[in-house]
Amino acid sequence: MDQDGLYQRQVIERARAPVHAGPLEGATGRGEGTNPMCGDRVRIGVWLDADGRIGTVRHQTRGCAICLASADMMAGLVAGQDRIGAATMGRDFTALLQSGQDGDSCPELRVFAPLHRHRSRIRCATLAWSALEAALIEAPAGTPVGETRDG
Amino acid sequence: MDVSPSVMTDPIDALRDRRADFPILGETVHGRPLVFLDSAASAQKPVQVIDAMADTMRTQYANIHRGLHWMSERTTDAYEAVRDQVAGLIGATAREEVIFTRNSTEAINLVAHSFGSLMRPGQAVVISEMEHHANLVPWQMLRDRTGIELRVAPITDEGDIALDALERLVADGKVALVAVTHMSNVLGTVTPARRIADIAHAAGARVLFDGSQFVVHRRVDVQAIDADFYTFTGHKLYGPTGIGVLWGRRELLEAMPPFLGGGDMISSVSFERSTWATVPHKFEAGTPAIIETIGLGAAISYIEAIGYDAIAAHETALVDYALQRLAEVPGLRVVGAPAERGGVISFTMDDVHPHDIATLLDRNGIAVRAGHHCAEPLMRRLGLSATARASFALYTTREEVDALASTLTQIRGFFV
Repeated sequence: MDQDGLYQRQVIERARAPVHAGPLEGATGRGEGTNPMCGDRVRIGVWLDADGRIGTVRHQTRGCAICLASADMMAGLVAGQDRIGAATMGRDFTALLQSGQDGDSCPELRVFAPLHRHRSRIRCATLAWSALEAALIEAPAGTPVGETRDG
Repeated sequence: MDVSPSVMTDPIDALRDRRADFPILGETVHGRPLVFLDSAASAQKPVQVIDAMADTMRTQYANIHRGLHWMSERTTDAYEAVRDQVAGLIGATAREEVIFTRNSTEAINLVAHSFGSLMRPGQAVVISEMEHHANLVPWQMLRDRTGIELRVAPITDEGDIALDALERLVADGKVALVAVTHMSNVLGTVTPARRIADIAHAAGARVLFDGSQFVVHRRVDVQAIDADFYTFTGHKLYGPTGIGVLWGRRELLEAMPPFLGGGDMISSVSFERSTWATVPHKFEAGTPAIIETIGLGAAISYIEAIGYDAIAAHETALVDYALQRLAEVPGLRVVGAPAERGGVISFTMDDVHPHDIATLLDRNGIAVRAGHHCAEPLMRRLGLSATARASFALYTTREEVDALASTLTQIRGFFV
């Protein structure tokens, strides 16, 4: 069946058995991305360590295989990054989706490159990154584990 | 050649030759023949419509209603002839009851604005749970502007309007209008229009039907269903975009204030005050979609030449066949089981999101719609965020349904 390389094995497997899915207890930042065109939704919970680096990200995703795989791979890849590093990865990923050209920061995300030929589906892949951006705006840097901004 | 009578009379094959009227059906997508199963979103156009519009622009075009020259008069004649065609199509008793709008959405907004301005706080509008946003949002806007109440008639799990609940909703006599679809764009449900009209009228309410889907598949008779308002859009009826219809009973239209102001809708204008033209022109401000209206006329001629009997027989047989073929696809669930279904089938598949279904079908040349189909509250009622939807037109074939079913089986195998 012709699928234009959109659904590579990693994508299908991550969508079928995500490893970072579920709520994050003690998240210091939460964000949500929605696609009003289709009703898909990604909720992200994140906490930052004392150095302002991303400790754990978990996602709760209601969406297609591309949306789900993208959210799950993102959650694994951004751990250990600070805000600037995560934002750079997000920008590179968007550039990859729009051009089909390899970004440097995350070779693992190249499995989504064929999406550049399917512009109506690009939002499926970027939904989690929008949610992460919102979560990181909310999350205060250096907040100890388990302590919320409101104390 | 041996051709058995059953083949000769097969209602699906009976329209096969009509495919040649639709040039786009000869196109390929991703190197495969186009299988267009998204006609409920917008239908493809026959060459008769394309030519009528192009010929208008080539040989007979000017602004209408105001010119004193030959070209304007001829174009006015062509435009106004379509009003007669529409009146004939839906059984209107007077051509003045036919108002041209941009689409069905605008027609409903017109009623919400103009009929709505006659309503008083405390009065109510009833819609159903399976309305397109076009027949929901205008009423919410009216409610928020004027303080009327908006009530929602529930649907059954099968996808039919719960008529007993509708009767209770109108029982207090406060309902001024029942506004419901004549055929659901998601479930394919054909609603029992006459019974709904009887329920509304018994409670002193008027009734509006959104016929955008229905008019494509079955003959509408606004007298037989005792409607007060009826709306549809041209582009789903094999006509162009940008032209829709509101039909309303003359006494209601005459009592209603204008919707948009401007040229063509006035009787006289001074800086102090203006007076309005008579219906239908009171509701047609500005230069209308002249070329598109003439295109709609060509579409109606095309439909009438084929005949609704043949169109409905084709669709009924095709839907039965499709339901049978889709039942063979592992993990596929058809959404809704209404008492009467038009040529629309929504479905979900275990473990495969509707977007992934639509993208993979598209890679194989098959166009379907996926998403909430502009009916988010219905999706919530069904406990779904999205469905895939295959919808049929007079040019749809049995082989295209076969292609859908076999590709869906492959997609399911790919994911599971």
